[in-house]
Amino acid sequence: MAIEFNNKVESYVNGLPEFQKTYFKEIPSWLSDIKNEAIKSFSKLGFPTPLDEDWRFTNLAPISRNSFQIASNGISEVNKESIDKFSIPSLDCHKLIFVNGRYVSDLSDIKSDADGIVIKSLKEALNSDKDLVEKHLGKYAEYKNDAFISLNTAYFEDGVFVYVPKSKIAEKPVYVLNISTNEEAQSLVNPRNLVIVEDNAEVKVVEHYVSTAQNVYLSNVVTEFVLGENANAEHYMLELESKKAFNISTLRIQQKRSSNIKSHSILLGGAIVRNNVHPVLNGEGCNSDIFGLYLPKDRQHMDNFMRVEHASPHCDSRQFYNGILDDKARGVFHGRIVVHEGAMLTDAKQTNRNLLLSDTAQIDTKPQLEIYNYDVKCTHGATIGQMDDEAIFYLKSRGIPNKEARRIMLQSFTNETLESMSLEPVRESMENLILEWFEESFANK
Amino acid sequence: MLEIRNLHVKVEDKEILKGLNLTVNKGEIHSIMGPNGSGKSTLSQVLAGKDAYEVTDGEVIFNGKDLLELDPEDRACEGIFLAFQYPVEIPGVANTYLLREALNAKRKYNDLKPLKHVEFGKLAREKMKDLEIDESFLKRSVNEGFSGGEKKRNEIFQMQILEPSLAILDETDSGLDIDALQVVAKGVNSMKSPDRSFLIITHYQRLLNYIVPDYVHVIYDGQIVKSGGKELAFELEEKGYGWIEEEKAAKV
Repeated sequence: MAIEFNNKVESYVNGLPEFQKTYFKEIPSWLSDIKNEAIKSFSKLGFPTPLDEDWRFTNLAPISRNSFQIASNGISEVNKESIDKFSIPSLDCHKLIFVNGRYVSDLSDIKSDADGIVIKSLKEALNSDKDLVEKHLGKYAEYKNDAFISLNTAYFEDGVFVYVPKSKIAEKPVYVLNISTNEEAQSLVNPRNLVIVEDNAEVKVVEHYVSTAQNVYLSNVVTEFVLGENANAEHYMLELESKKAFNISTLRIQQKRSSNIKSHSILLGGAIVRNNVHPVLNGEGCNSDIFGLYLPKDRQHMDNFMRVEHASPHCDSRQFYNGILDDKARGVFHGRIVVHEGAMLTDAKQTNRNLLLSDTAQIDTKPQLEIYNYDVKCTHGATIGQMDDEAIFYLKSRGIPNKEARRIMLQSFTNETLESMSLEPVRESMENLILEWFEESFANK
Repeated sequence: MLEIRNLHVKVEDKEILKGLNLTVNKGEIHSIMGPNGSGKSTLSQVLAGKDAYEVTDGEVIFNGKDLLELDPEDRACEGIFLAFQYPVEIPGVANTYLLREALNAKRKYNDLKPLKHVEFGKLAREKMKDLEIDESFLKRSVNEGFSGGEKKRNEIFQMQILEPSLAILDETDSGLDIDALQVVAKGVNSMKSPDRSFLIITHYQRLLNYIVPDYVHVIYDGQIVKSGGKELAFELEEKGYGWIEEEKAAKV
């Protein structure tokens, strides 16, 4: 029997027992407890509305009024060829395939890497790496005050689990391809990922969201990253969902002393997209570099919500988000920097630049600083503009054709964020997609 | 090579050029001088094809073609180069990328094969040496964070790579110290050839000590009111533009 939800919050509460019975044969009691607590939070919170300050610019009515259901398998629509079509070309990686949120081991390819490194589906890890999962899962992504995290926590079924022990380096990146199929419209998928990187260890994780058809569904993603002392990690969010789908993602990063995280978000798909990135720099000398690029067109809506928390002295953070908006698209950049008491000598910087390619595109950008401390350096800057005619003329006066000049200008804008990607094949693949985006945009003008 | 006849140009309903005539033959160096607001920069921008300017009358023939009919990029490919008075900063676009794209666009226009990376690199390095430009220049974003002098040298560098048949220098000397000025002048002089013409727009006579013009024209109120040899530049330097204004007033 399909587990279905309607526009009433109760339907989500009522569905949970059946969900647990259907998808978890033997659910550990600690997990069952968390799930039950999480749905209680969700029923209290409900879906956010624009009255909620953090959701002021994003109306979720299309989600809250929709009738979703837990996705069916959809596996018949996916095979080796379709996987190859979606995957990043020439990326040497551990490949994990999820279809409608469920791990498909036959299509996945996990290679051997350094000793002790664990890469598998979270559902498997619930048994095999029970202690690690229990210790970390849900400890950072707080569900009590966040509707989507609580919904994910209650209804997650699977995701990727990565564990890199002390001083080990994962040579190959972990590539997680999430495919939504159209076997059944309006499905709700709650991918849940947990990445544990111990002291002095290193890993790169790529999350990639695609669909086989342009249909309606909600991907509600939560990824928890735990970085030990001096650990290094890179995270990629490649959001290429169906143009009718909703993607709400939360990346929650917990950092210990001297650890470094680099996060890259590329938003291209989806009707309504919300990209939450929330690192907590909890130990001296941490670095958080957060890059993003959002390219909404038509009537797409993309909302980036950054919350960078400095909880210890001597930490540096950089936020670098660029947006290019066309047609009737809307974009939001909400960048909050919180400097807690005692986080002396914080150096936090935030930049948000936007290019509007049409008169009807719209961007709301809102930097916010909360500083409970002295002796800190926080800067933020936001710009909104059109394509620079002077620069276009300059390029044309050098013999470069109009279309090419426009492409160069847009590329210069996207390069600022793409350049920071260390995985060359990912960068190239994104560059190509962005070029296609430009071509399409020019063709319509 | 270049024939400007009775050129009238408007910007936002204000007439700036009011019937300008000028002929530049192959291999000649012409200097255009004039006070602020006389129409010097407008002339250079109109020749390069900036669309904010409206040509209301007259014509411009370049190598037998109606220049005003061509898009800016086609004018460049036909051999026109404008060294900007205020070169534009383009963050995120490397100098080398711009130059290679520009050179190859021009080669394509003229049915030539694109230059390979290696060949281009060799060419660029050669020219950079002469202009005392550091190699890091190539990788830096176009004019971003450049000093005034670096920006102007970059314009000359681009000119050397693109090898135009008509180079228009719009106040390239303004704001340069004497050392930078000499480097720029050297770059221009090394390009002199019987097939190449120069239109040097300047406010000061100083540059003309280093780049010796065949003709000097004085532009005033949208027209060329006086033409002569290089002596005219010295006269202007000494007496200022006041006597030109008086002379013109007396004529009316």
